[in-house]
Amino acid sequence: MSTVRKVLGALRWYARELTGEAEYDRYCDRHRRRHPRAPVPTRREYEVLRTLHREQHPQSRCC
Amino acid sequence: MPTSVMPESGREAPGRSRMSPKSVALWIAVALVGALAWAVLALSRGEEISAVWLVVAALGSYAIAYRFYSRFIARRVLRVDDTRATPAERLEDGVDYHPTDKRVLFGHHFAAIAGAGPLVGPVLAAQMGYLPGTIWIIAGVIFAGAVQDMIVLFLSMRRDGKSLGQMARDEIGKVGGAAALIGVFAIMIILLAVLAMVVVNALAESPWGTFSVSMTIPIALFMGFYMRYLRPGRVVETSLIGVALLLLAILGGGWIQDSSLAEYFVWSPQTLVFCLVGYGFFASVLPVWMLLAPRDYLSTFMKVGTIALMAVGVVIAAPNLKAEPVTEFASTGAGPVFAGSLFPFLFITIACGALSGFHALVSSGTTPKLIQKESQVRLIGYGSMLTESFVAVMALIAACVLEPGLFYAMNSPAALLGPTVDTASEAVSNLGFTITPDQLTAAAKAVEEETLVGRSGGAPTLAVGMSEIFAGVFGGAGMKAFWYHFAIMFEALFILTTVDAGTRVGRFMLQDMLGNVWKPIGRVTWKPGIWITSALVVGAWGYFLYAGVTDPLGGIKQLFPLFGIANQLLAAVALAVTTTVLIKSGRLRWAWVTGIPLAWDVAVTFTAGWQKIFSDNPAIGFFALRDKYAQAIDDGQLLPGATNMDDMHTIVLNNTVDGVIMAVFLLLVLTVLVNCAVVCVRAVRAREPLPTTEAPYVESRIDVPEHSEEPLVGARS
Repeated sequence: MSTVRKVLGALRWYARELTGEAEYDRYCDRHRRRHPRAPVPTRREYEVLRTLHREQHPQSRCC
Repeated sequence: MPTSVMPESGREAPGRSRMSPKSVALWIAVALVGALAWAVLALSRGEEISAVWLVVAALGSYAIAYRFYSRFIARRVLRVDDTRATPAERLEDGVDYHPTDKRVLFGHHFAAIAGAGPLVGPVLAAQMGYLPGTIWIIAGVIFAGAVQDMIVLFLSMRRDGKSLGQMARDEIGKVGGAAALIGVFAIMIILLAVLAMVVVNALAESPWGTFSVSMTIPIALFMGFYMRYLRPGRVVETSLIGVALLLLAILGGGWIQDSSLAEYFVWSPQTLVFCLVGYGFFASVLPVWMLLAPRDYLSTFMKVGTIALMAVGVVIAAPNLKAEPVTEFASTGAGPVFAGSLFPFLFITIACGALSGFHALVSSGTTPKLIQKESQVRLIGYGSMLTESFVAVMALIAACVLEPGLFYAMNSPAALLGPTVDTASEAVSNLGFTITPDQLTAAAKAVEEETLVGRSGGAPTLAVGMSEIFAGVFGGAGMKAFWYHFAIMFEALFILTTVDAGTRVGRFMLQDMLGNVWKPIGRVTWKPGIWITSALVVGAWGYFLYAGVTDPLGGIKQLFPLFGIANQLLAAVALAVTTTVLIKSGRLRWAWVTGIPLAWDVAVTFTAGWQKIFSDNPAIGFFALRDKYAQAIDDGQLLPGATNMDDMHTIVLNNTVDGVIMAVFLLLVLTVLVNCAVVCVRAVRAREPLPTTEAPYVESRIDVPEHSEEPLVGARS
């Protein structure tokens, strides 16, 4: 049972990292460290920033 | 475990590491198994062999190449240094630069380099038999493709993630840099046109395929709104919903096909061209969160899932290869799928999977900004490319498990096959293979398609091959139609993702280039500028797509060589730049590592390009074919392939355009090569090393836990 849970956990970790879902957590950590007094942006605000960034930095996909 | 890094400064260099007896024995075993598989492939004549031998030969070779050759390149040639801070560490900003786990980055990089390319080329190359294609895919990736990806990644990383174009400008000079930039743009246009043509050929007159692929647009839009407004940032959850909807769309396609709605989804190739061009335009101007980003997630999930499924399917089903090891077309060059002899045309038909210049753009894009430790370029650069190569091997297997008669009935140009199963059956027997009209009808019926005759482009062939393999493992013959459309769907999904992203990247490049002439168009926020440049980019690839789709002689046969040569020419640019940088940085001794693949690649592309321009055989030379048809127009005759005089004029025009484009590509690349050669000579003669733009050494402060370097054996799939 615990092995199953471990594997599922690892899969979830990988999927979250790969898709960038986990980026928000990292961003918040960093934000709290650097600007302890400023409020952390909400997930919604952060996602707007992230797509805006993606908008201006297109990434090639190969064939 | 020995450390695999050889610091070039800082710590004292470790002595020569010795392998333990256990690992010596392990690697000898790997080598023996690989050699056995190669021997079976090489020595079998006349009897069918199992596809598993191909898989074993590939995996054994990859494992050895990864363990020894990539390690040699990392330690000796590049002298990777884990005490040196990577740009991800030095410039960390949490957005563009941040140290990323190597397994995650491997996934990112693999998703960015792999797509429909390695699935199409090997299928077409099956015309020459499975052996030449397999040897080129495996040897090509080990000595050229993966080396290019890894070294470009490393050099870009040492330059804070500069793009290939910037590196060319900085390290070679303005002229070479400008030629490289224009070359990259032009090559991308051809690439998008050819990939889009694969989709058109797969969907034309197929209500099932058309319905399920067009459903990906509302699915992506739904995912986009869901992630933006309902559950911001929940990418995994949204992607799972998306994948489920996608599978429903495939099932729904089967239902549509049998219902009265089917007629609304029977689209002609021309209609599909206009839909794709319109789609590409909107994908380029709409905000990324609406269409592009969700489709990208969907495509990544499908990519990983399907490739894993394919590997499992091939190993469990262990189908026999029906194709011959080497067909007569390899020496005669008279094959119906693509013209020309084995050298050079096999090597340009299989580009992605063996050596793909386009990867140099990805390797000098986002990935170098995310690497934690220098030694990880091995896994990320070399390892990802080996994985892509493995995908190409599986595509080759899928094409070679088909009866050769069916293969040629699907992939020969329509002009040769004629309109019905009877004419197709006769045409195939003229080629020296057999398939009866009944067998052709039955094959189409098994996958619930109207017909399989003349469905060139590679995607339908791969889909039939995959349905054959999958149906043997999951679901039996009754599931064949589902698996066929599943394969069509995922290939179309990859290609549309490439078309989305490529159009957008092309638009940015064009804005950048035109911005030098007229400032406002370079501004990325100026709406009219975005619209104009997007329209120009889709117009450019749309033109080639339309020309290809309406080409009476078969667009794939005409344009695929152009695409392959273009992609390999881009590889020549990347390899020339890397060789120059190696020489400039005092590594003349190791310049052969990229120099030999460069020489090979230049020989292949320039021979192919030369033949495409100057050959007096109309089957190969663009201008020879043009002259033949122009002469016939003067004489008032119709030649095979053309049904009226308009067709004749179209053929003349297309061949003129293709020939000119070919010549322009060769001249652009020649400019870069000459410029590189000049810089190399200067570097060899100089007493002091020439200045390079490498970022100075900064000591790393991060430590990566579990810094194990040895790859798991067979973990390449």
